Amino acid sequence: MTSRNSQRLGSNRLAHVVLVLGSLVMMFPFLWQLKMAFSSQAEIQSVPPDVFPSKLQWSNFSEVFQRLPFLDQFWVSVAVTAGRTIGQLVLCSMAGYAFARMSFRFKGLMLALVLSILMVPSQVYLIPQYQIIQSLGWLDSIQGIIAPGIFSAFGTFLMMQFFKTIPAELEEAARLDGCNPWQTFWKVVLPVARPGLISLAIITVLASWADLLWPLVVTSSPEKMPLSVGLATLAGYQGTISPGVLMAAALMAMAPVLILFVVLQRRVVEGIAFSGLK
Amino acid sequence: MKARRADGGWPWLFVLPTFLGVGVFYLWPLLKTLYDSFTETGPFGGSAWVGAENYTTLVADAEVYRAILNTVVYTAIVLLGIPLAVLFASLLNRPGLRGAMVYRTLFFLPYVALPTAISLVWRIIYNGEYGVLNQALKVIGVDGPSWITQPWFALVAVALLGLWMSIGFNMIVLSAGLKGIPGELYEAASLDGASRVQQFRAITVPLLTPSIFFLSVVTTIAGFQLFDQLFALLGPTNPVMPKTQSLVFLFYDAAFVGNDRGYAAAVAVLILAVVGLLTVFQFRFQRRWVSYD
Repeated sequence: MTSRNSQRLGSNRLAHVVLVLGSLVMMFPFLWQLKMAFSSQAEIQSVPPDVFPSKLQWSNFSEVFQRLPFLDQFWVSVAVTAGRTIGQLVLCSMAGYAFARMSFRFKGLMLALVLSILMVPSQVYLIPQYQIIQSLGWLDSIQGIIAPGIFSAFGTFLMMQFFKTIPAELEEAARLDGCNPWQTFWKVVLPVARPGLISLAIITVLASWADLLWPLVVTSSPEKMPLSVGLATLAGYQGTISPGVLMAAALMAMAPVLILFVVLQRRVVEGIAFSGLK
Repeated sequence: MKARRADGGWPWLFVLPTFLGVGVFYLWPLLKTLYDSFTETGPFGGSAWVGAENYTTLVADAEVYRAILNTVVYTAIVLLGIPLAVLFASLLNRPGLRGAMVYRTLFFLPYVALPTAISLVWRIIYNGEYGVLNQALKVIGVDGPSWITQPWFALVAVALLGLWMSIGFNMIVLSAGLKGIPGELYEAASLDGASRVQQFRAITVPLLTPSIFFLSVVTTIAGFQLFDQLFALLGPTNPVMPKTQSLVFLFYDAAFVGNDRGYAAAVAVLILAVVGLLTVFQFRFQRRWVSYD
């Protein structure tokens, strides 16, 4: 027994070596970014590189707000992410509940139609979606970026699978207490569905914050773009904005999701695992 | 019993918002794109039916083959992230390993980072003159290339970024798979004198094949939709782009830069067909290597 334990300890040491090397590769770009965000242009472009900036360039951060419409883009990202997430939580849980628990005509057909879009790459919808938003006069607007993304076949499917696991006795009891289906759903079923809702919320927040192609085609004015698009289209500015400022902007743009992840780590991991395996 | 219950109009209240939204924003666009792929956009925005012309152009377009080849190379490199993730996830899953939570956080950081923001960071890391990657290579005596301005190196650079970003997701899925393997199997194997490596090959890998299969399907589907990292790392106006572009970039360029909607629709249908075929192929082929018991 002791020999097995010591063998385990010995081999865990090797495991630590491999895992530390792996984590360094994972972490390095973030650390390097942090270093560059505080460096002057000359320091970033110096050969060989300096490991630490000689003097912390806080001005990179203030310059972000002067050189780029960063705050506008930040609020667009927040509004789009909040709008999509709340929209999906409401609509996907309602539809998922009906598909999981209610009986109605054409249910099978409707479910099949909704799920059929799961396998279709998003580019296939893109041009007609753009034309719809254009005819609504919503180009270059927050509602234009949000609109298609509040409806989700994946979210509906996820919530449907979740509601199937909830015991029917709960709803039975609510019905006997005189609740109508909406009250049952709102007061009894949704509170129990919190883990499923949190998973959906986490996935939607991450996807929406990162989304590039759709907001790229819908927006054209820099101050109406979310951060994902604003940063991706910076190539044209490259000559005029110093790399340190770019790094500071990139750091601030990803800070919200990184903080969310570190604070809610277990929930995020469970949410992604839950959605990934269904 | 439940199926017989009359729910009246209530279910419609629950289902209709989503059904209408999906209909308007997804089902109708799907049909519209199929239709559009047989039309040509006129100079004043109208469109005319041109039959299969877009598809014959597509088949004769060297750029399309280049884009498919690029996507294949990209996807193949990102798929290499799966065995790496198997290694890391199984090390992380060892009983009694200290600091597992810390490692997990670090490995998952790239997955939750904003792709377009972290691509800017990599753009500087990859820089040919002062990028830290080439400076590190110089230490071991290698003269690094100008990563993001030479076609094949640029593609590899994009793929390595994709691989780096995907490891965290792969590990989440694999960890869930690892938790499903009963510990008694390892107990029994070690009583029989099987080494760690033998246990890994005889127990861990076979029982992980369903997770590995899932990941290879998801990675391939995502790989053939390469756009974000390519666009953000190289920049849309990078002179190298014609040689490193993906099918989705080709689509984006035709639809929203060249304003050739009909041809773009045909490219979108091609993406749909390729992704569909690859998925069907993977599901067929899985019987040979995935074990579900």
